[in-house]
Amino acid sequence: MAFTLPYAITLEVGSSLENKTGSWRTERPVYLDRLPPCNIECPAGENIQAWLGLSQEGKYREAWEEIVHNNPLPAVHGRVCYHPCEDGCNRKQMESPVSIHAVERFLGDEAVKNNWKVSAADSTGKKVLVVGAGPGGLSAAYHLRRMGHNVTVVDSKSAPGGMMRYGIPSYRLPRDVLDTEVKRIEDLGVSFKYNTRIDDVAATMKADGYDAAFLAVGAHIARTLDMPSDDSVTITDAVTYLNDIENNGKATALGKKVAVYGAGNTAMDVARSARRSGVEDVTIIYRGVRENMPAHAFEIEEAIEEGIKIATLRSVKEYKGGNIVLEINEADADGRTKSTGKTETLQADAIVYALGQLVDTDLLKNCSGIVETDNVIEINTQMMTGMDGVFAGGDMVPSARTVTTAVGHGKKAARYIDAYLKGESYTPADKHETASFDKLNTWYYEEESMREQPILDLDKRKTTFDEVLGDLDEQTAQREAMRCMSCGNCFECDNCYTVCPDNAITKLGPGKRFEIKYDYCKGCGMCVEECPCGSMLMAPEEL
Amino acid sequence: MSVKENIEFAQTGNLTAGNRLQDIQVCSVQATQDRANALDSGHRACQGCGEALGARMAIDKVMELSKNKVHVVNATGCLEVFTTPFPETSWNVPWLHSLFGNAPAVATGVQAALKAKGMEDVTVIAQGGDGSTVDIGFGCLSGMFERNDDVLYICYDNEAYMNTGVQRSGATPPTARTATTPLSGPHPGNNFGQGKSVPKIAMAHGIPYVATATIANVRDLERKVAKAMSMKGARYLHIHVPCPLGWGSLPKDTIKLARLAVESGLYPLFEAEQGVLTGVTKIRKKIPVDEYLKLQRRFTHLFKKGADTADLEGVQALADAHIAHYNLWDGE
Repeated sequence: MAFTLPYAITLEVGSSLENKTGSWRTERPVYLDRLPPCNIECPAGENIQAWLGLSQEGKYREAWEEIVHNNPLPAVHGRVCYHPCEDGCNRKQMESPVSIHAVERFLGDEAVKNNWKVSAADSTGKKVLVVGAGPGGLSAAYHLRRMGHNVTVVDSKSAPGGMMRYGIPSYRLPRDVLDTEVKRIEDLGVSFKYNTRIDDVAATMKADGYDAAFLAVGAHIARTLDMPSDDSVTITDAVTYLNDIENNGKATALGKKVAVYGAGNTAMDVARSARRSGVEDVTIIYRGVRENMPAHAFEIEEAIEEGIKIATLRSVKEYKGGNIVLEINEADADGRTKSTGKTETLQADAIVYALGQLVDTDLLKNCSGIVETDNVIEINTQMMTGMDGVFAGGDMVPSARTVTTAVGHGKKAARYIDAYLKGESYTPADKHETASFDKLNTWYYEEESMREQPILDLDKRKTTFDEVLGDLDEQTAQREAMRCMSCGNCFECDNCYTVCPDNAITKLGPGKRFEIKYDYCKGCGMCVEECPCGSMLMAPEEL
Repeated sequence: MSVKENIEFAQTGNLTAGNRLQDIQVCSVQATQDRANALDSGHRACQGCGEALGARMAIDKVMELSKNKVHVVNATGCLEVFTTPFPETSWNVPWLHSLFGNAPAVATGVQAALKAKGMEDVTVIAQGGDGSTVDIGFGCLSGMFERNDDVLYICYDNEAYMNTGVQRSGATPPTARTATTPLSGPHPGNNFGQGKSVPKIAMAHGIPYVATATIANVRDLERKVAKAMSMKGARYLHIHVPCPLGWGSLPKDTIKLARLAVESGLYPLFEAEQGVLTGVTKIRKKIPVDEYLKLQRRFTHLFKKGADTADLEGVQALADAHIAHYNLWDGE
């Protein structure tokens, strides 16, 4: 001992630190970040856990910036995204998922309200052509511009948005929201050319000196049927019908009784728009059983609430004397249908086909190397078509055909295009392992149900195109964000630091997380077991 | 309800030791960077020792509230042995060990000496395991209570004499296998007996404060230490500390077991002042005792084929009696 201890004191303070109990260990605890299921499910690859975490702290601007790192359209997505993130949310296995879309919408609207902007990197001098101002094109243009490239977006329509404007009715997406978010991309320095149809991509690129192109023209040609008809029933299609509403400010009059053939989300959009345009009797016709209708459950429920009728197990056979002749189908236990051979009639003034859409691939006619299979364009893993420097995404490539998928394509393509322009190759970072429910210690979370968004009065939903769902207020949005369990990512609850019987964890301070003192850690594993969010694991000690 | 319990839900509310969304002042002392670490690294407790953890939790809170003016007297037992093998100590506090059975009396003496020296602002703690508290030092403890000496006595209850090889103590639960309650006869393991609840005996002395606490709920534990520290006279805190070695459980399950003991009703959390029950910490998610017992090898015989189901039912009846007596459960 270095000095003489006082009388009756036999052991020196701190002397046990000589005993490095870390040598007992056969397994060591380590901190890691796992990938939360919401992030895995997000087609736009948003780091949802991160922006919910920032929202919990009231750091809305930072939260919004985290979103727009991946997705330029939060206010739009908070409204129209079908939020697969919430299907993946681990909270779903406790009581109900976090209302991720409602918080995203709150943040998106905060940005609109406060006029938050993003900035672009210094110009690289490279020119990129984006064909189509829909979600895919806007996303690619935004990301490429932020990387410093000069981007021109060309669209055949008179306004931006693609299917967000000409497909999604304004009661789901008010146009001022869309306009503001597109304006932000314009303010970033992206050039837009409307009412311009590109007939030949290869020629345009050559003529205007583009270094690369991203094609996202969408799928705007309605699929139709050729049925025997005596012309007593007006026949139109969803694309035309919804397009007319957008262009003329009101729906084309189709009569008092209208049928919609098809049961996807577009069919719901048509039926609900018709209801709002004064058609009192709207019937959706679907050949299969209710459970197999491809539209999202909430869309079907909201349509029924608004008085839309649904005729399942019916196929259109012909039009005669102001009636639709319907063939009656039957389903087996698995929902597979076959015709019974019997028919019935449905009196109708008009029918709208909502049977899916096709891609207009005319613009590719002189592009050598591009392969079209089953009306969609083939791309490689780097989103490039068969023609050098020409990339494609959105509905014109094989995909789920949602707004968010297209935005994800735009982001991904932008990264590959950026690398292509620099003559480099881009390799996405390895994905972290999944933070599945079994990795969590859910004891530590309070049970609390999802907060519902306010919903418009039913009378107004039947007569106006006013937005159906409302915003959460700040306090509600923040508390909803607090339901996030931060799966797989440390949120500094101090449990590991607290439960270590050997005082073998150091708390590094707010935002800096923790560090394990391996000199003393005996490897009991209590820290890992009591970590609520699964951001620790036990790894075998190397001998 | 204390301020700490009344915090609005924020992700994990008060269920975790800390919470970055809360002011650090309302988090547990264990969550703070400047906690005293009264019991430091390098001690020789087994992996996953509940007692080492319970001692650091309790004494760190005492250190915070007394501004580090603390004197600890320790009875013989695991805690004494594993923290002070000559020539090392893991204690960052003035700490004294005498005999197995006399810690309460020594603490009384220390307190009297401090008083004589005019140092009454020093908090005196006496502590020991269930062996020294429930059995060997019980006479001295009762005397300390009866004289109402100004000492806070903390018992770390791991339900047997672990240090000497897991022999039965007065706190060993019925049916548990120990070295001295082997698996033999029609009712293997410890007998049902009459039970010996020192918290209840302490209450019968009418001392200022008695509480039970658990390492599975650090905020509740610290609140009880603070409550005890706000009073003078003899105070008693009983902390449940699972022992992986003696219970035959996995080291990683120590906190989990402490939690399940509370949630099953086998270890009720309550507090009393002057002998009168003043509060209970409710069960949050009620579970049958099986979930707690099955994780421990000392109870495996209860689940073997051919075991007398009366034994398991008897343990469940004990839990049910606690739940009814202390009104621990608000659900159906």
